[in-house]
Amino acid sequence: MSAAVHAPGLKPGRIVLYALLALFAVFYLLPLFVMIVTSFKSLDEIRLGNMLSLPQQPTTEAWLAAWQTSCIGLTCEGLKGYFWNSIKMVVPAVFISTILGSLNGYVLTKWRFPGHRWIFALMLFGCFIPFQSVLVPMALILGKLGIAGTTAGLVLVHVVYGLGFTTLFFRNYYEAFPNELIRAAQIDGASFFQIFRRIMLPSSGPIIVVTVIFQFTNIWNDFLFGASFASGDSAPMTVALNNLVNTSTGVREYNVYMAAAIIAALPTLLVYIISGRYFVRGLMAGAVKG
Amino acid sequence: MAFLEIRDVKKRFGGTDVLKGIDIAIEQGDFLVLVGPSGCGKSTLLNLIAGLDQLSEGEIWINGVMVNDLHPSKRDIAMVFQSYALYPNMTVAENVAFGLEMRGVPKPERDAAIAEVAKTLQIEHLLKRKPSQLSGGQRQRVAMGRALVRKPQVFLFDEPLSNLDAKLRVEMRTEIKRLHQKLGATIVYVTHDQIEAMTLATQIAVMNAGEIQQLGSPKEIYNRPTNTFVAGFMGSPSMNMIPATLASDGVQIASGNGAPISLRLPRGRTHASSGRPVILGLRPEAVTDPGAADRNGVITDANCHVEVVEPAGSDTFAVTRLGGVEVIARMRADTDLKPGQTAPFAFNMEKAVLFDPQTGSRID
Repeated sequence: MSAAVHAPGLKPGRIVLYALLALFAVFYLLPLFVMIVTSFKSLDEIRLGNMLSLPQQPTTEAWLAAWQTSCIGLTCEGLKGYFWNSIKMVVPAVFISTILGSLNGYVLTKWRFPGHRWIFALMLFGCFIPFQSVLVPMALILGKLGIAGTTAGLVLVHVVYGLGFTTLFFRNYYEAFPNELIRAAQIDGASFFQIFRRIMLPSSGPIIVVTVIFQFTNIWNDFLFGASFASGDSAPMTVALNNLVNTSTGVREYNVYMAAAIIAALPTLLVYIISGRYFVRGLMAGAVKG
Repeated sequence: MAFLEIRDVKKRFGGTDVLKGIDIAIEQGDFLVLVGPSGCGKSTLLNLIAGLDQLSEGEIWINGVMVNDLHPSKRDIAMVFQSYALYPNMTVAENVAFGLEMRGVPKPERDAAIAEVAKTLQIEHLLKRKPSQLSGGQRQRVAMGRALVRKPQVFLFDEPLSNLDAKLRVEMRTEIKRLHQKLGATIVYVTHDQIEAMTLATQIAVMNAGEIQQLGSPKEIYNRPTNTFVAGFMGSPSMNMIPATLASDGVQIASGNGAPISLRLPRGRTHASSGRPVILGLRPEAVTDPGAADRNGVITDANCHVEVVEPAGSDTFAVTRLGGVEVIARMRADTDLKPGQTAPFAFNMEKAVLFDPQTGSRID
């Protein structure tokens, strides 16, 4: 039996399977490959029409152009300003929605009050509201608050719409967190926030990583809210990318578009690569018998 | 006033009465064990003393202070939980010192306190580890260390040994008893294990269905149970409860085949009301083989039919049938009884207890 398991060489079924998987992988990665090679080509080389060929004379001109000199609307200063807009939006929005979500989860599991189920149900309901349906009321509220068309306004919108999800994540994680730890800490004299900061948060590593990845990806990639609530100079990266491609200067600079698109996607990739490493399970082992 | 006093404490969850008026008073240095089957309200009572639950009615006093409205941290208590409840993100030393830190005790004092407790519990070598790197018994020690370090007025233990394996449980039981003797601490301890209750307690409160059935020393509880519930719950194997009839100088039990067995009660314990049905409570060790019987007792020998023989190493238990119920007798380990045999059993009536068949209460 064990001989069969360790049989050298591949069976025909396996070969077919791997070949198929490889084919799918190539198919899936092909657009990325085209994007990368195109972004390092000059426009002349692109005009030759051979999409899949490697760049003959690799050049970073397109990347520099996308970052610094490409025209978005009437200004030609590249994506860099909008990139920082997005950073200024995504960092506070992710931070605030994650902290509030964990506080909500903490209260909804460990400091239950009458009606806590309703509150949670309503927050969950918030996750399923189509964003398009709230654009007008949200615009009115932002206007009343005097932060319409600003990055701060966009942060508020993303925090509000992220809360349902972050609360859901943390609530479900803390649900399994032993209540006896909270009781022990209460007897030890820790306050509401001391318990949160000293005991809950340090044990929340995995769920914080999940929430941050989720929120970062959603907020960074959001186009609808960005296009609706932050126009012009405060627009986020996604909106700027769209405007870049739609700003006509007579020539369609595919190499610049490709470089710009990759720049726009890079931060989410980085977040996956960096935080993924901290996605360590079993931090809770040993708190209770197990 | 007693050191810890619980006065007419009631607790309702929704429409259910979980505790129906509990009165307990213990002195400083007492070891009170709350024992009873699951759902009897013993853990609820402990949580009320800790302040982790709000009581519905009644008062709890600790050392002359009514603590009803005090936050758990202000009651000067410490609690050891069944799951140990060690903070997973902190080292053993940080776990032990957390309560002191929250109370603003300066670092040098905290370190000294940790060292002292670690020495008492022999956990010095574990101080830098995380709870996940400890075995069950070590976690148990750390949990106790966390309670000890604060030197509270009352220690609360919530089934602290039930997650340990049998051997470790016995070791830790002795350890807890030793600590109690050494520190003279006042302890309230919840368990469902009646052996733990007997071995540890100075006072036992046997609870059932939200009420205290009996509060007394282990000896009182064991020898003079107030009712059939206490009699059946405390002791292993549990007390034999044999339907019987009062006679002029003792009791009569219907035997399966042949004449009823008459058992003489000690002088002064006889009852006038002849013919009254009663339940005769006899511990297994009061039913023995004639050779092993304590001849200073009030012994009656009677022939019984042996149904089952169960050797348990130190003793051999023999099961017979009297008055229509199974009766367990505790024989010498080397007895040569065989199932199916009829053999003489010695009944020691010195510690026999009589109960009323209707109410289940003890008849004196």
